[in-house]
Amino acid sequence: MSFISYLINGISLGSVYALIALGYTMVYGIAKMLNFAHGDVIMIGAYVALTAMTGAGLPPLAAVLAAMVFCTVLGVTIERIAYRPLRNAASSLAVLITAIGVSYLLQNVALLIFGANTKSFTSVVSLKPISLAGGKLIISGETIVTIACCIIIMIALTLFIKKTKAGQAMRAVSEDKGAAQLMGINVNGTIALTFAIGSALAAIAGVLLCSAYPTLTPYTGSMPGIKAFVAAVFGGIGSIPGAMIGGILLGIIEIFGKAYISTQMADAIVFAVLIVVLIVKPTGILGKNIQEKV
Amino acid sequence: MKKMKKALSIVMTAALTMSLAVGCGSKDAGGSSTGDAETIKIGGIGPLTGGAAIYGQDVKGGAEIAVQEINEAGGINGYQVELNFQDDEHDAEKAVNAYNNLKDWGMQALLGTVTSAPCIAVGEVAYEDNMFLLTPSGTAVDCVKYDNAFRVCFSDPTQGVESAKYIGDNGLASKVAVIYDNSDVYSSGIYEAFAKEAENQDFEIVSTATFTGESNTDFSVQIQKAKDAGAELVFLPFYYSQAALVLQQAAGMGYSPIFFGCDGMDGILGVEGFEAELANNLMFLSPFTPTAEDPKVQDFVKKFEEEYGHTPNQFAADAYDGIYAIKAAMEEADIKPDASSSDVCDAMKEAIVKIEIEGVTAKSLTWDASGEPSKEPMVVKIADGDYAVVE
Repeated sequence: MSFISYLINGISLGSVYALIALGYTMVYGIAKMLNFAHGDVIMIGAYVALTAMTGAGLPPLAAVLAAMVFCTVLGVTIERIAYRPLRNAASSLAVLITAIGVSYLLQNVALLIFGANTKSFTSVVSLKPISLAGGKLIISGETIVTIACCIIIMIALTLFIKKTKAGQAMRAVSEDKGAAQLMGINVNGTIALTFAIGSALAAIAGVLLCSAYPTLTPYTGSMPGIKAFVAAVFGGIGSIPGAMIGGILLGIIEIFGKAYISTQMADAIVFAVLIVVLIVKPTGILGKNIQEKV
Repeated sequence: MKKMKKALSIVMTAALTMSLAVGCGSKDAGGSSTGDAETIKIGGIGPLTGGAAIYGQDVKGGAEIAVQEINEAGGINGYQVELNFQDDEHDAEKAVNAYNNLKDWGMQALLGTVTSAPCIAVGEVAYEDNMFLLTPSGTAVDCVKYDNAFRVCFSDPTQGVESAKYIGDNGLASKVAVIYDNSDVYSSGIYEAFAKEAENQDFEIVSTATFTGESNTDFSVQIQKAKDAGAELVFLPFYYSQAALVLQQAAGMGYSPIFFGCDGMDGILGVEGFEAELANNLMFLSPFTPTAEDPKVQDFVKKFEEEYGHTPNQFAADAYDGIYAIKAAMEEADIKPDASSSDVCDAMKEAIVKIEIEGVTAKSLTWDASGEPSKEPMVVKIADGDYAVVE
């Protein structure tokens, strides 16, 4: 029985990672850059939602929408100011370092505005927990909503990229920016759109992360951000279903590692598994094997 | 080109000479730091921002109230007292930087640091400098390992032992589970002493689970293990911000044992948005309760609330007593504002073991040369969303 309950806990932790990983992998897949500030956009999203709920008294759904709008604007602004001028820089390291800089900037701005004290987040999920096997197994409402959101977002994103014109433009940009531009695709606009979608997803992830683990500090986003990045790499970075699978697997491995091997070694186990996967399959579970042409 | 090189070399030489001169200048200033001072300078270090900010802010508040009272009553040995409190964000490196800033300012004795890990780091440099250090709330054993360091609060092992004794003596539970942070000296220090003392007590530790670091937010496995082992009491020797998560997740899993914490649990009701009824089964070891009837405590609480708008926690009380302990020791040793920090230290470490003060954290506080205080422990229970002393 405790095995199943650990499994449920693993899936619930993993679904949060998966949701964050979707945003990571989407931006990487299209713009070919690692947006290390993603975890901090999540934190900002959670603060906006909390302020909207407790400060402005909005209902939870409206608060989530407000957070999405805010994060979309924030994401596009970050892309316009910090990343776009560096896109053609000699080294791709420049943009990576800038992303780390943006991450610290967001943390410290949040520290200034919201202060250092831990805030307890009010869950936006009103779904009652499901109790199975006479109360021995409890699946929280947050877990169910997070998994449902994950699946819906994964399907919607896949359809969007495969079927719509904007999605086609995204795929073209991801293949070859120069050629896409020659074909008349607005590269800057497409990448801005990618960031807009990625940041809106971050807002949803932030709200659900803080609903499941209800404390909020300016550093809330950083560790889940790193774990989600690992999940994205694990599943094959750039692959949308890969992010979902990677996230959930990572959550399950982490919880099982804690439960059956050692609570002290949980993080070490997670990263050891990552190393093994990358040695065996360098592009991740669902990653495409693209050969470099010389 | 040659001309330019020459010009450059002149500029460089000038710059070098200047920097030498400046270097000497600042050294001179450092040497006679307290030369023309008319006040006794006490430094303070603690986290005013970051995850442990609630402690640092209350320590600063409690210390300020004590300094204000002392100055109104005529100061120490007839001199006014000046307190300079610096932020360390609960970070060892920043704490050492803050310490160096305070030394440049002319600090004669240090009240701090507030949290254990930075306190150990500052303790090393303070020992090298021979600076008197009194930590209000640094509970790790190593905080006072040198002879210049003392503390107001109980040490980690003392808290672990007292907790185990309290649980055993009062028959709170026969099966006990422990969850602790194995990356934190405070948490693991308490755990080790608790586990050792538990062998002598009438209860059994049925489950021990750890977690790592402040970034950990998922406690489902640790709680599940405690639940599966049938523990009636879960001992949580770590800080309130994570304990709030444990309480929330345990409630979500339908598990409601007695929770027992140490002084780091103080402040849990101050977490914004935290549902106070989740903490109704929570007890913790604390040297101070704002609701105590002692007029000295009442007076302190009233002043603190007027000044800062909230009820002081035990850290504020530790700091308040800490400043009075420094005052008593300085009077015993007859410290003047022009004394160097090293002379102050030598005199104070002799003086502090001779004094006895009546504080807000205990009726009687005394110290021995090991740096540990001697006082009675107290247990607080949360009932109806407020703290109450258990008699």
